[in-house]
Amino acid sequence: MPHISLSNLTIAYGNHKVLQNITVEIPNNQITAIIGPSGCGKTTLLKSLNRLVDLYEEIKVEGEVRIDGVNIYDPKADLLSLRKKVGFLSQKPYPLPMSILDNITFGPRIHGMNGKNLLDQIQKLEKQIPIDSLYPYNKQKETKSKKKHEMAYLVEFYLRLAGLWDEVKERLHAPATQLSIGQQQRLALARALAVEPEVILADEPTSALDPISAQLIEKQFKILKNHYTMVVVTHILRQARRIADYVIFLYLGELVEHGPAEQFFSSPRHERTRAYISGEIS
Amino acid sequence: MIASLVLVLGIFAGIVIVIVLRGASSLNLAMLIQTPEGGYYLGKGGGIANAIVGSLYLAFGALLLSSLFGLPIAFALQKEYLGRRLAHMTRLSLDILWGTPSIVYGAFGFIIMVYLGLRASLLGGIIALAFLMLPIMIRSIEEVIRMTPPELKEISYAMGTTRIETTLTVVLRQALPGIMTGVLLAFGRGIGDAASILFTAGYTDYIPRSLFDPVASLPLAVFFQVATPIPEVQQRAYASALILLVIVLLISLASRLLSHRCSRYIVR
Repeated sequence: MPHISLSNLTIAYGNHKVLQNITVEIPNNQITAIIGPSGCGKTTLLKSLNRLVDLYEEIKVEGEVRIDGVNIYDPKADLLSLRKKVGFLSQKPYPLPMSILDNITFGPRIHGMNGKNLLDQIQKLEKQIPIDSLYPYNKQKETKSKKKHEMAYLVEFYLRLAGLWDEVKERLHAPATQLSIGQQQRLALARALAVEPEVILADEPTSALDPISAQLIEKQFKILKNHYTMVVVTHILRQARRIADYVIFLYLGELVEHGPAEQFFSSPRHERTRAYISGEIS
Repeated sequence: MIASLVLVLGIFAGIVIVIVLRGASSLNLAMLIQTPEGGYYLGKGGGIANAIVGSLYLAFGALLLSSLFGLPIAFALQKEYLGRRLAHMTRLSLDILWGTPSIVYGAFGFIIMVYLGLRASLLGGIIALAFLMLPIMIRSIEEVIRMTPPELKEISYAMGTTRIETTLTVVLRQALPGIMTGVLLAFGRGIGDAASILFTAGYTDYIPRSLFDPVASLPLAVFFQVATPIPEVQQRAYASALILLVIVLLISLASRLLSHRCSRYIVR
């Protein structure tokens, strides 16, 4: 069963409908790319998946988004655990106004994740995702307190998972704002992963980055996709071709076509999709 | 632009020069550490330690009291808490309060004191000063809080935090240097104000031992001394003003230093 399924989702800001009757299922443990021209509702669709759209004023949501069988727009749904389960990466990386280390421990601290279940979680992931040269927990040198030790382990694990550890291990207590913008985006990834989400949403995660940093992010996404369901908004077709397993194509708030990436790009069924892929419309 | 810069610097330099020229000669250690002796106001021995300590008590007391109320109010003016309309109305009333002359706060504080059965005292002065400080503090801090990038809050909310958690961790840290500036602004306005504490704090030659004793203050010390016909005492008024100026300068420098240290973490 898919984690996420949308049925008849319609979203309007005031009287302006941004999304109309979107019905689609997002496959598990793959990278799903949402593509389409600017202003066609890509970001709104993405932000509707963890109810970040709630932060906008005068927003109206109709229809259903089911995640693990629960309609997240049900008034009884638990918003905080939804957002914990569905992580988010913004377009421009914003480090939190604290040190690199505190950026990573922010989520776990707030959610009171600690001790045993945290370690179990990490060790399970560690088996699944081969992260080279992570020191096993029990062989790491003991620090004064157990809690500090666990946190240090957690920080190293997630920074390695986001491919940032080697660049920052010497300056974990430096302000996160000192990192380059590409590093900041990987820090944001590590920070989102540290909350232990099952789904990761990314809103044009490479659009503010230089090509090399963008490549690093894409590489990391490909490593992560086997363990997380990833949804990426992009307006770069070539990026969608490179990373996507599944594609959702929006045009002016409507879902035109969706399907496995290979089929989508090689034999599009709709005229508009074909025109978009070939560059006739943008 | 250069003309206005020169004007501002000129006014500042003028004030400092006048105060230093007229006051520095009578400034001495006794002035700083002694309370007035008999005949002080006729030009005899003693100092204004009563007013220095009194002013610090008053200003820090009022700062504590107004921060206690002001900080939560400033945070609550975010749209997540009060909503736009209510926040807008609160801002408007705070702006009016900011412009209210301090003598009105003094009169208002006096009415409250009569109602509570208090006499002119340190507590009365602290309450009146806190009223005066509140709108300045709230408005200047709230402006900084509103400048927090919405994306920063969004990121925090996206990790499943409540609005309180976001406010106390992310917004507070982002706004910290601005909060210090706001607190400093309120302090500066408070320690220099004479009218609001004229009826409420009273004046005395002694250092207060409890919240219910009357208390002297530097602005009133300046006021009383400059009004006498005796030249030595008038000079002491300028010396008192110099002390007040130095206190404000020191506090200002200290808070600059602190806020500079915190601003390393700020996201721009």
